[in-house]
Amino acid sequence: MQISDLPKYPLSQDEITVINEVIKKYRDKKGALIPVLQEIQKNIGFLPVEVQKKIAAELNIAEKEVYGVATFYSFFSMIPRGKNDIRVCLGTACFVKGGKKIADKIQKELGIKPGQTTLDRKYSLQVNRCVGACGLAPIIIINDKIYQKVKTEEVMDIIYSYNK
Amino acid sequence: MGNKKEKIKSAGQLIKIRDELKNASALDGVAKKHKITVHLGTCGIASGADIIKEAAELEINSRDRRSIMFSTSGCVGFCALEPMLTVQSFNRKPAVYYSLDEQKIKKLFQKHIDGGEIADELEPITEGSKLADFFNYQESRVLRNRGRIDPFNIEDYIAYDGYLGLAKALEFADSSEIIKIISESGLRGRGGAGFPTGKKWELCRAAKSPSGIKYVVCNGDEGDPGAFMDRNLLESDPHSILEGMIISALAIGSRRGYAYIRAEYPLAVTTFDHAIKQAREYGLLGDNILGSSFCFDIEIYQGAGAFVCGEETALLASIEGKRGMPKPKPPFPANEGLNGMPTLINNVETFSNIAQIILNGAKWFNSIGTETSKGTKIFALAGAVNNVGLVEVPMGMTLRDIVFKIGGGIAGDNEFKAVQLGGPSGGCIPETYLDIPIDYEKVKEAGSIVGSGGMIVLDEETCMANLARYFMDFIQDESCGQCVPCRIGTRRMLEILERITKGKGAEGDIEKLERLAEVIKETSLCGLGKTAPNPVFSTIKYFRQEFEEHIITQKSCERLHVKAKVKKV
Ligand SMILES: Cc1cc2nc3c(=O)[nH]c(=O)nc-3n(C[C@H](O)[C@H](O)[C@H](O)COP(=O)(O)O)c2cc1C
Ligand code: FES
Repeated sequence: MQISDLPKYPLSQDEITVINEVIKKYRDKKGALIPVLQEIQKNIGFLPVEVQKKIAAELNIAEKEVYGVATFYSFFSMIPRGKNDIRVCLGTACFVKGGKKIADKIQKELGIKPGQTTLDRKYSLQVNRCVGACGLAPIIIINDKIYQKVKTEEVMDIIYSYNK
Repeated sequence: MGNKKEKIKSAGQLIKIRDELKNASALDGVAKKHKITVHLGTCGIASGADIIKEAAELEINSRDRRSIMFSTSGCVGFCALEPMLTVQSFNRKPAVYYSLDEQKIKKLFQKHIDGGEIADELEPITEGSKLADFFNYQESRVLRNRGRIDPFNIEDYIAYDGYLGLAKALEFADSSEIIKIISESGLRGRGGAGFPTGKKWELCRAAKSPSGIKYVVCNGDEGDPGAFMDRNLLESDPHSILEGMIISALAIGSRRGYAYIRAEYPLAVTTFDHAIKQAREYGLLGDNILGSSFCFDIEIYQGAGAFVCGEETALLASIEGKRGMPKPKPPFPANEGLNGMPTLINNVETFSNIAQIILNGAKWFNSIGTETSKGTKIFALAGAVNNVGLVEVPMGMTLRDIVFKIGGGIAGDNEFKAVQLGGPSGGCIPETYLDIPIDYEKVKEAGSIVGSGGMIVLDEETCMANLARYFMDFIQDESCGQCVPCRIGTRRMLEILERITKGKGAEGDIEKLERLAEVIKETSLCGLGKTAPNPVFSTIKYFRQEFEEHIITQKSCERLHVKAKVKKV
């Protein structure tokens, strides 16, 4: 995928303000790129191309490098997250306890693949490698809330309970 | 306690504070009758521990508040039974109540707090109860503070001899004495490779830094999918890690440190950040630590989700703001690390061991363990076992004892098949090798590694070919792509494994896997690639017939799996 292939996403004034503030905070720090990307993603939910370009210009880093870093780490997303962010753990403990079946079920029901967001932007799906709650396997996380010992038959009920 | 902002200026003052805190928190049976602790780790919270906390507070408020001390702590480590709460009554053994709900809280207060009797109908864990085996066979050294200190309160840590190791280290005439003790103790790195810690410190101390700058870095990336020892330590006993880092800085002559923590661990980041701030307030971190001339400070750096960043050179590249690409070694970080400066990098659990070794001596540490592996190791026991949780055992304990005595055996009436150690760099150990002791060398001989501590127990429902595919898929995903053997070789292996598990394997596939595995192991650039074939080696070695069955019957996992189940009934 090329930078230019990604969907365009115009920024609101508030978002621009946030971005400027974050950049200002880190401008003179060494190794600022990753924290900057993290904080901006935390605030506006993802890292659109325009934002990456802006960061590159402001921090005086090549655009290619910003893109390289943003794609290297799984934490960063270039697609807007849905209102409800679903993460399915596929760490070893969750995997051997049926995590894959849960992920398959959600994909099928929502019609999206990991890394994608539903068209109505209600849900986005990601698969994770172990969040360190292996004792509760298999788990899914919706907007930072952990659901434990999830059963495949019940998972859609949990997810649709967010649709209110 | 006196004024919180007052910095502690000497060892004597620290000891005085510790004694005061100890007295203040001791039960006396008159004014202070009970101490109730709700355990709030990630697993506990996910299981509703915060609701339990509120319910308990409500009950306490409706009673004589002064007779009950209430606090929260990190995780106890018995994940299977969350949410949990411990009641410690004057002159009694503690009772751990588990799998709680609001109803049970009511009952517990009526019976235990009002009636003064342990609420037996809730079957709490007390001395002698069956579940107590989970703890009895363990040796809680690094996890000594489990369930008893509030990670957000530095005074709890101090009350249990916290920072006394640092105070002692500061009194040594020469800071090389620290390294002497750590070397003598035989401590080896807990991050996976088992490199002797003292030796690493010595190298770093001896390394020349033209600008005088040296760094200390704590590796809290915990990438092994199925491991949560480091998360637990960061969340439940952050000061033990901090203290270890500070002591190491003193030993190698560093003034600046970083704690690299996975982005997936938000509670760990919050807890550790809070601990850093408190340590500064108390004069235990920052300028003139404990009134001495020694200055050292720490910053947190959050990872961004890449397994390879657990590898030390990749981790350092990540802190520098770059893609986390491993570099060929040498140069080792001890000579040329962060920003080109000598850098000491150790794992979370390694640091957590340090203060106690300084305080209690090398002999205390190495009096347990095997010839080459001393002390204790924490494992994250999960999978098909009854008692899922964190276990700390003396090195040398057999895998069988861990799985069956501590873990309580296999859940349901399934049968044991194997235990997976070391995650994507490790391997599976079958029944026949269960009596090997936990020891870096012995586990290696059996085809796995001690690793960082992930220990997943597998029962007959896990198809070993599918497990091998799972790990290869993981590696494919996480390979940084720099070197050909790792990038292309693992993709080839994955393709073959996918074929086999889909029931489309061909004769000769297993041999192909073995040949590829050999090449990748020999020619990859970094540890990720070099160890990537391990899960395949060990599953083929011990469970070859499962791969063959797939190929001969041309059946997929699901279909073979169904058969296995039917056969059993
Ligand atoms: C692919 C790969 C992943 C690693 N992941 C981790 C990790 O998550 N945590 C860790 O402490 N060490 C990890 N290591 C080991 C580190 O490179 C390094 O050896 C360790 O942090 C040194 O600390 P220790 O001597 O205290 O174990 C990894 C190594 C490799 C090759
Ligand atoms: S494997 Fe899912 S939380 Fe660890």
